[in-house]
Amino acid sequence: MTDYLLLLVGTVLVNNFVLVKFLGLCPFMGVSSRTETAIGMSFATTFVMTLASLLSYIVNSYILAPLGLEYLTTMTFILVIAVVVQFTEMVVHKTSANLYRLLGIFLPLITTNCAVLGVALLNLYEQHNFFESIIYGFGAAVGFSLVLIMFSAMREKLANADVPAPFKGSAIAMITAGLMSLAFMGFTGLVKF
Amino acid sequence: MSTIIAILVLGILAALFGALLGFASVRFKVQGDPLAEQLDALLPQTQCGQCGYPGCKPYAEAVANGEAINKCAPGGEDTIKKIAELMGVEVQPLDENHEADNSPKVAFIIEEDCIGCTKCIQACPVDAIIGTTKQMHTIITDECTGCDLCVAPCPVDCIEMISVATTTQNWQWDLDSIPVVKID
Amino acid sequence: MESVIERIKRGSFSQFHGGIHPPEQKFLTCSKPIASAQIPEQLIIPIRQHIGQAGNVIVKVGDKVLKGQILSDCDSPMSVPIHAPTSGTITAIKSMAIPHPSGLSEACIILTPDDEDTWKQRHICPDFHLLSKTQILEKIANAGISGMGGAGFPTQVKVSTLTKINYLIINAAECEPYITADDLLLQEHSPTILDGIKILDHLLTPKNILIGIEENKAKAIAALKKATADIDHIDICVIPTKYPSGGEKQLIQILTGQEVPSGVLPSSLGIVMQNVATCFAIADAVINDTPLIKRVVTVSGQALEKPQNIWALIGTPVGFLTSQCGYNNSQNRHLIMGGPMMGFSLPHDQIPVIKTTNCILAPSEIEIASPFSSTSSKEVECIRCGQCADVCPAQLLPQELQWSAKAKDQAQLEKLNLFDCIECGACAYVCPSQIPLVHYYRVAKAEIRQQKLLDIKAEKAKVRFEARKQRLEREKVARVEKHKKAAEARKARMNTGTSAAKSEKSAVADALARVKAKKAQASIKQNTAEISITSTLEMTAESVAPADDSKSQVANAIARAKAKKIVQKNQAQIESLDTLQNNESPSSSQAAPVVIDKKAKLDLAITKKTANENTPQAETISDSANAQVDATTKVVSPEVVNLASVSDEKATQALNKKAKVAAAIAKAKAKAKTKTTASLAAETAFDSSQLSTTSPNIDVMQDSNTAAQVKNVAEAIAKKTPSGPQMVSNIDTADRDQKTKIAAAAEKAKAKELPLKSQQISNSTSSSIKSEQDSMRATQADIAAIKKAHVAAVVAKAKAKKLAASSNKLTTSE
Repeated sequence: MTDYLLLLVGTVLVNNFVLVKFLGLCPFMGVSSRTETAIGMSFATTFVMTLASLLSYIVNSYILAPLGLEYLTTMTFILVIAVVVQFTEMVVHKTSANLYRLLGIFLPLITTNCAVLGVALLNLYEQHNFFESIIYGFGAAVGFSLVLIMFSAMREKLANADVPAPFKGSAIAMITAGLMSLAFMGFTGLVKF
Repeated sequence: MSTIIAILVLGILAALFGALLGFASVRFKVQGDPLAEQLDALLPQTQCGQCGYPGCKPYAEAVANGEAINKCAPGGEDTIKKIAELMGVEVQPLDENHEADNSPKVAFIIEEDCIGCTKCIQACPVDAIIGTTKQMHTIITDECTGCDLCVAPCPVDCIEMISVATTTQNWQWDLDSIPVVKID
Repeated sequence: MESVIERIKRGSFSQFHGGIHPPEQKFLTCSKPIASAQIPEQLIIPIRQHIGQAGNVIVKVGDKVLKGQILSDCDSPMSVPIHAPTSGTITAIKSMAIPHPSGLSEACIILTPDDEDTWKQRHICPDFHLLSKTQILEKIANAGISGMGGAGFPTQVKVSTLTKINYLIINAAECEPYITADDLLLQEHSPTILDGIKILDHLLTPKNILIGIEENKAKAIAALKKATADIDHIDICVIPTKYPSGGEKQLIQILTGQEVPSGVLPSSLGIVMQNVATCFAIADAVINDTPLIKRVVTVSGQALEKPQNIWALIGTPVGFLTSQCGYNNSQNRHLIMGGPMMGFSLPHDQIPVIKTTNCILAPSEIEIASPFSSTSSKEVECIRCGQCADVCPAQLLPQELQWSAKAKDQAQLEKLNLFDCIECGACAYVCPSQIPLVHYYRVAKAEIRQQKLLDIKAEKAKVRFEARKQRLEREKVARVEKHKKAAEARKARMNTGTSAAKSEKSAVADALARVKAKKAQASIKQNTAEISITSTLEMTAESVAPADDSKSQVANAIARAKAKKIVQKNQAQIESLDTLQNNESPSSSQAAPVVIDKKAKLDLAITKKTANENTPQAETISDSANAQVDATTKVVSPEVVNLASVSDEKATQALNKKAKVAAAIAKAKAKAKTKTTASLAAETAFDSSQLSTTSPNIDVMQDSNTAAQVKNVAEAIAKKTPSGPQMVSNIDTADRDQKTKIAAAAEKAKAKELPLKSQQISNSTSSSIKSEQDSMRATQADIAAIKKAHVAAVVAKAKAKKLAASSNKLTTSE
């Protein structure tokens, strides 16, 4: 049990996908200008990542591995992810048309979000079991959501702040992201593997 | 052999997922266009037709279907900004075909010149003109949206658009604009 | 647990968050007695001096009024009457700059005092206990009392609250650094103030009365203590000096420890607060029957020689008060109305004192720099020190508010509770970056309010638009239904074969015949018009003589100045006509209508109308208008002839045939018409005859000059006097006037004539057609006349709707 908890905390904070592993940076920058959007994106990504890691584990260990088709993992995972994203898109469109529009291009872009494929592949390399895979996927998603929401809250403040002219726009956003990354490095000492 | 298996496996997986998506697309079918409603709420509802559509609702629907967002002259920059935010697109400057002057106005009928032709009444999109055949007409100022549509049909040019006067009630605290007389 | 009263008696008070201690300047004025009121040369009394609606002015310019006489009455609870501060004459009621930060103008009554200061009849009531509560409330309302502390909330609304009142708080805190008006009022008039408090006590029956006063007013406290010594449920609460302890919510928190929630009135917590000056006014109104016509104003500042408190009549210009205190106007200084913290700069010194004016500040440049002068401090960027949040008495986040206000993020501003800001200015006072924070909040507040109004308006417009769409839809359906029914009914009747059906059939046949006749007439017109152009060409080209001849006729009809131009332009006109004809030769049969059209288009209004006729929307109108055109054409042309034969000796032989028709018509007219209509017709006819005499010229003139000429002719018609020509030459006034007059005159004449003449017209139509066929010359003249008449008729088109009935009659009789 402690292992699972450690895995979760470790994935959320210590090995944060965005700030430590530099995965999933495009939605991190793209949809963080408003907190509302960021929260929506967080939910969508959490859903996709958890489901994708679960499905990819099933597909890998019950279909590909027995048939010796490991060389197809990447391709199959992409297929799995694409389907999950497509499914999510439909659900979001149905339930919240507003969020659907706000997420815009970034919703289908989850398909090629490196964080999602990253989770599936890392599960494979780390040889996680079924539960570990789910926890890893969920933890990565929570970590992504946490950082995204915090970042968007900061960006909302930055939008109204008197930022020096050369730093306006994405420059100050990048600097903020860098400082956040710096702060998250502090978690490195939290859990020792 | 293994190649065939691989193809089969992928094919079956794809077919499976395809079926899932097909089911989802039926199950989660989106009805109507809630976007148009939201856009309509942002528009100033002057019903002026300057955007080329007969009213705000039709324009909202058109924007939802990809029409340019910068055609609402009465709404001006603010409205464009709001629409851009809602649509998640870039803010555009107001369409050049429209005059930039979107200061609030109301129509005013010069009553001694009015011949009671009822043409303006037919033109008013919000029924803000009262009067009847051969009777002088007048504008219900509170209801007038300042859309300008009654000016053109008037055969005797007795309708004017008057800027809404700044009063202490609607003053915008623009201290710089106060005419300051030096006390000396 | 210790009760609030026990705690207060112990001398311990709660604290409100934040607050500042600006340097005290009350010593400037607090030890001098209140100077008595002087009457200025002119009083400017704004009609609205409070929050709410303005009353209705019930005096007129020139009225003599007595001191205390009511000047405006109120019909809603949120309006407050105003009174004459002294006796005198109302010299004007106009827009004047009012005491408002915007410097905008609002309706004011200007009173010129007669210096006699004669009071109106007053009924002094020494014991208010004899009056019922309603009577007292009525007296307060009629005395025009509104809160005198600053906001100006109508007092009678505040004191007629129905909730159970626990605390009546008398606000004597007066926390603004300069103001001592309430202080002095307490020092000099505490018995009267106490009477006011007793009246409020009687009205509201609160459990306790608390008088909140800052500790820096020793004399006032002593005076109050002396006055209230024998009343035990009044507590004088001497509170520590801190700005803004005089704010309503802040004082409530200090005294009762209760925080008034956002968006809630204190009265719902069982608390009512009144200013001491208001108490004084209430006592004066109830006991002495004196309306609120004067108040104590602190006139202070280092730019004054003798700063002091003054009894000022409402409406006294501030310049009069400052000069009374020795204001040196020679330097570039500015005046502030209200205190230095919450007041606003005045655009000039002719701003009147109103019911809420408690202070006029004339600071020196070192004291408070004018915001308009170059020495005033410049705003720099926020350094995020957070001092503003520390001092904010409403516990807001001024720094966040400021950013959101700058970014115009209205949703965020409301989330940050912008509307709880009391605009005390404490944040701006402590700001090291000298950001005028309050100003940003005010702008943002105004914008949000405006936006809300717009949203409401948009919503209303939307509803109305939708309703209209539905109504149009319904009407359309109803119309279709009606048409269908009518058609069915007609069909049914036609098939019955009765006499009624026959007559209806014959009516249809008649209508068809009429249409044919019209068409025939039109073709004749076209032919003859073509000829008319050629013949007029000949006429003008033949010699100068005919032109001269026509010139003299023109001179009779139109402005003499224009006539000269015609001669000068004759040559050019001929040429232009040539080219015109050449251009139009392929379709020369259409030339005449074109000419007519051009003339019809001369008048803007008329053009519009004709254009509109082409739109399907105005189908019915255009029908009646067309009929009208025909009718008027027919009416006017015989008249032309008539008058031509009677009054114009220079009528051409072309008109001879017309003369016959005219004779017949004249006979008929004599029978049918009353004297007035006859003379009216004669006048119109006279003018029309002038038209006909000028017609050759007009035919020649195809260029823009024609426009002017025809217009002038039209003017002649409009004038309707035999001395038309002379009058016409004077007319070069606004187009609109002319248009209206033309339209009105033509309409009047025709409206009267047409119904009566339907018979004659049918006669004249046939005869005019005959005459057209008879002679080319005649037709030419006729066409010319018709054209003129057409112009006149088109004028009448503008009134087409009004004449719909008569024109219908006309068509039938035809």
